[in-house]
Amino acid sequence: MLAKRIIPCLDVRDGKVVKGVQFRNHEIIGDIVPLAQKYAEAGADELVFYDITASSDDRVVDKSWVSRIAQVIDIPFCVAGGIKTEEDAKQILMMGADKISINSPALRDPSLISRLADIFGQQCIVVGVDSFFNQDANNGEGEYQVYQFTGDETRTQKTKWRTLDWIQEVQKLGAGEIVLNCMNQDGVRQGYDIKQLKQVRDLCNVPLIASGGAGEISHFVDVFQQADVDGALAASVFHKGIIPMDELKQTLKNEKIEIRLC
Amino acid sequence: MSENKQANFVIVDTGCANLASVKFAVERLGFVITITDDINIIKSADKVILPGVGSARHAMENIKAKGLVATLQQLTQPVLGFCLGMQLMARTSVEGAGKDEVVQCLGLISTDITPLQANNLRLPHMGWNTLTQVSDHPIFKGIKAEDYFYFVHSFAAPISEYTLARCQYGSEFSAAIAKDNFIGCQFHPERSSALGSKIIKNFLEM
Repeated sequence: MLAKRIIPCLDVRDGKVVKGVQFRNHEIIGDIVPLAQKYAEAGADELVFYDITASSDDRVVDKSWVSRIAQVIDIPFCVAGGIKTEEDAKQILMMGADKISINSPALRDPSLISRLADIFGQQCIVVGVDSFFNQDANNGEGEYQVYQFTGDETRTQKTKWRTLDWIQEVQKLGAGEIVLNCMNQDGVRQGYDIKQLKQVRDLCNVPLIASGGAGEISHFVDVFQQADVDGALAASVFHKGIIPMDELKQTLKNEKIEIRLC
Repeated sequence: MSENKQANFVIVDTGCANLASVKFAVERLGFVITITDDINIIKSADKVILPGVGSARHAMENIKAKGLVATLQQLTQPVLGFCLGMQLMARTSVEGAGKDEVVQCLGLISTDITPLQANNLRLPHMGWNTLTQVSDHPIFKGIKAEDYFYFVHSFAAPISEYTLARCQYGSEFSAAIAKDNFIGCQFHPERSSALGSKIIKNFLEM
């Protein structure tokens, strides 16, 4: 059976892995290549590398590290950050990345999703969605809204999209996978946003990856059992050694969740 | 000097994007391999790897533009296709074709690539899945059903007399096919951790 995926996410700035709280105050965690190798060996199913400053600073990810990662790891990995054109995407895929993830550039020009899917195949086009629950919106009922430029708090801004509408739109355009970053939960380790993920799951027919909020092993059990996501992404709990990969996977297996043990 | 040091391994430059990851996977095993679209170098290789990602239509257009169709069809040494590279070994594929049309592939294995019948499961079929059956072929030495491999695809080769290994996702399909010297894996050995490396090693040492 197809296994649920555990995906450590490495936020990259200037070739170093960093981690902030709710997208802010980034601290350096370590060097990128040894960390990537460590996770691959520990049994991660996939890795995601986000250059968190790229879209905001209007520059493309420093690409040399993509090739260095591809040389050492033997599991799939995805690169995100500042991919704005077919040429950017090609360069990163040619260096050995398996997938590319686009976020702010897709909001600026949604047709980019279709163009990339047509050239490189739907399977390698991931769309990242930064979603924030605004309590004041929708006449005080609250609403999930899509944000952009979340790598830089001074430029982070709301878009015109409701999250549930954007999720449907990107699938029409050819997204092969969706990563939903639940911003209210990010970095605070209180659990994934099950409520939001369930709503998105109902509208999402491509693989859906949960992101934001993992703090303990039970959060992973909950998100797979309750929101039926295909993968769960997390950063600090892995980087800080709060959750060992083998213990996480064994627990999920014991909970009858399909998982690849290493 | 050992035999392997003298062996001449080639990755066909199909113009697709995953060439680097295939090359790195071979190099991690300690082998030397060349990426090329040079007809003479491909012809004289001891082993040939045919990688591929993207759509069958784009890949066949690239192969035609490079004038490699006949060269690939006439290879007599062992050839291993990965993912789309496997699908290109078939007669036809519907991936990227217009309505009621098919893309003519290399025609090395008499099977046709059709949409994966996922029965309401999500597509693409993306992630680590187990094999449901593995045949006794040198490429699968040390591999058993229930082992996990990394798959990413929405099209597949149906089960046929050429099936070497099976996988289940909504329905059963060929996880690997072979005929004579042509072998193809639907999954990505270069991204399937230690067991994927074992398959590459089995092939290069065959």
